[in-house]
Amino acid sequence: MTETTNHLLLPRYPLVEGVHPPLDSPGYRSTALRHPVQPLVLLPQRLTEVTGPLLGEERVGELDHDLTRQHEGEPQGQRIIVHGQVLEEDGRPVRNTLVEVWQANAAGRYRHAIDNWPAPLDPDFTGVGRCLTDDRGRYRFVTVRPGAYPWRNHDNAWRPAHIHFSLFGRAFTQRLVTQMYFPGDPLFFQDPIFNSVPDERARQRMIASYDHDATEAEWALGFRFDIVLRGPRASVFEEEDDE
Amino acid sequence: MTTRLGLTPSQTVGPFLHIGLVWPDGPFVVPEGTAGAMWIAGTVYDGDGQPVPDAVVETWQADPDGRFHHPDDPRGAIPSAVADFRGFGRCETDESGRYRVLTVKPGALPSPDGGTEAPHLNISVLARGLLNRVVTRLFFPDEPELNRADPVLSALPDDRRATLVAEPEGEGLRFDIRLQGDGETVFFEV
Repeated sequence: MTETTNHLLLPRYPLVEGVHPPLDSPGYRSTALRHPVQPLVLLPQRLTEVTGPLLGEERVGELDHDLTRQHEGEPQGQRIIVHGQVLEEDGRPVRNTLVEVWQANAAGRYRHAIDNWPAPLDPDFTGVGRCLTDDRGRYRFVTVRPGAYPWRNHDNAWRPAHIHFSLFGRAFTQRLVTQMYFPGDPLFFQDPIFNSVPDERARQRMIASYDHDATEAEWALGFRFDIVLRGPRASVFEEEDDE
Repeated sequence: MTTRLGLTPSQTVGPFLHIGLVWPDGPFVVPEGTAGAMWIAGTVYDGDGQPVPDAVVETWQADPDGRFHHPDDPRGAIPSAVADFRGFGRCETDESGRYRVLTVKPGALPSPDGGTEAPHLNISVLARGLLNRVVTRLFFPDEPELNRADPVLSALPDDRRATLVAEPEGEGLRFDIRLQGDGETVFFEV
């Protein structure tokens, strides 16, 4: 059974339990009709799972990393630098991987047809950024601090300020979309999306830290947000034989 | 024994995903005009059978020779014979819950245990109301023999297997995704 006839040695990305939110999270009402009811079926990791799209420079424009320079004028709000490293669990950097971000403007309004709450749009802010990590897995965006905004999930519901992050890593198994929050936000207690992550320490990993070293005098506040993706272990067959 | 860093948790893409995740060329796994290209289209439904208009469907697949231009393909990373083959597709759903990608059929794949995997696409669905992506697979209706022998498909209960096999529609294929309820699509833990 375990004999390998075609020498396909693949990396394996072990499952990590207890980090991601349950798909059925009643506090976030939109999960009610959208979470699968049948149990998930374990998909063995083979070629399609351990490979993934290696998206490069062709996806990134010159000013995509600077959300404050994509229009004629500068956007309103507090200018910030958001930077960090994309890592695997063992601390290895994920190099040259695409990082996509999107966010509301400083008033908490998205440039989107269905966002029509009474906060102003900013003609100088779209709220979309992209960049590639460097050879140490580092990324850096310049943007403005997004505002909080109301939603209708529960009475007087407000989303804490956040920036959406989308990451590919280098394997299908590593795909991740998350949200970066800001330290000390008073709205965490009532947000069912933030609190859908059951583990307190895991929740804290979604909160950026203020980074004075990244803060630039007379110009912008720095925040650091490192992102950890599932990492591979070297050999697939040794571990499977152990089981 | 090495220390492993804690993973960053997943969060929903939210209702405004279109701002960040829509690419004009997203649906084109291969360029228009590619020989053998077909549209794969479908609708994403919720547990009430209503279309989901705020989802993104992403696809990942081998090329027609069953190869990946990727360093972790142990057979070697070689560029596809299909010009500008990206392997990856991304399409947001429209107001009627529809998505579509233009692609070519992937080849069968060797499996580490010596078997063969039937041609397939891996599919991620991300949406408002999904706190993590859900993952499914599309198999091709014109491969009954390979599908029958496929290690993933053949391990599923008879009554659920059909949710993963696309249906011919026009010149292309139809693959609907039901997140919940009657005919719920099989989703995988990867």
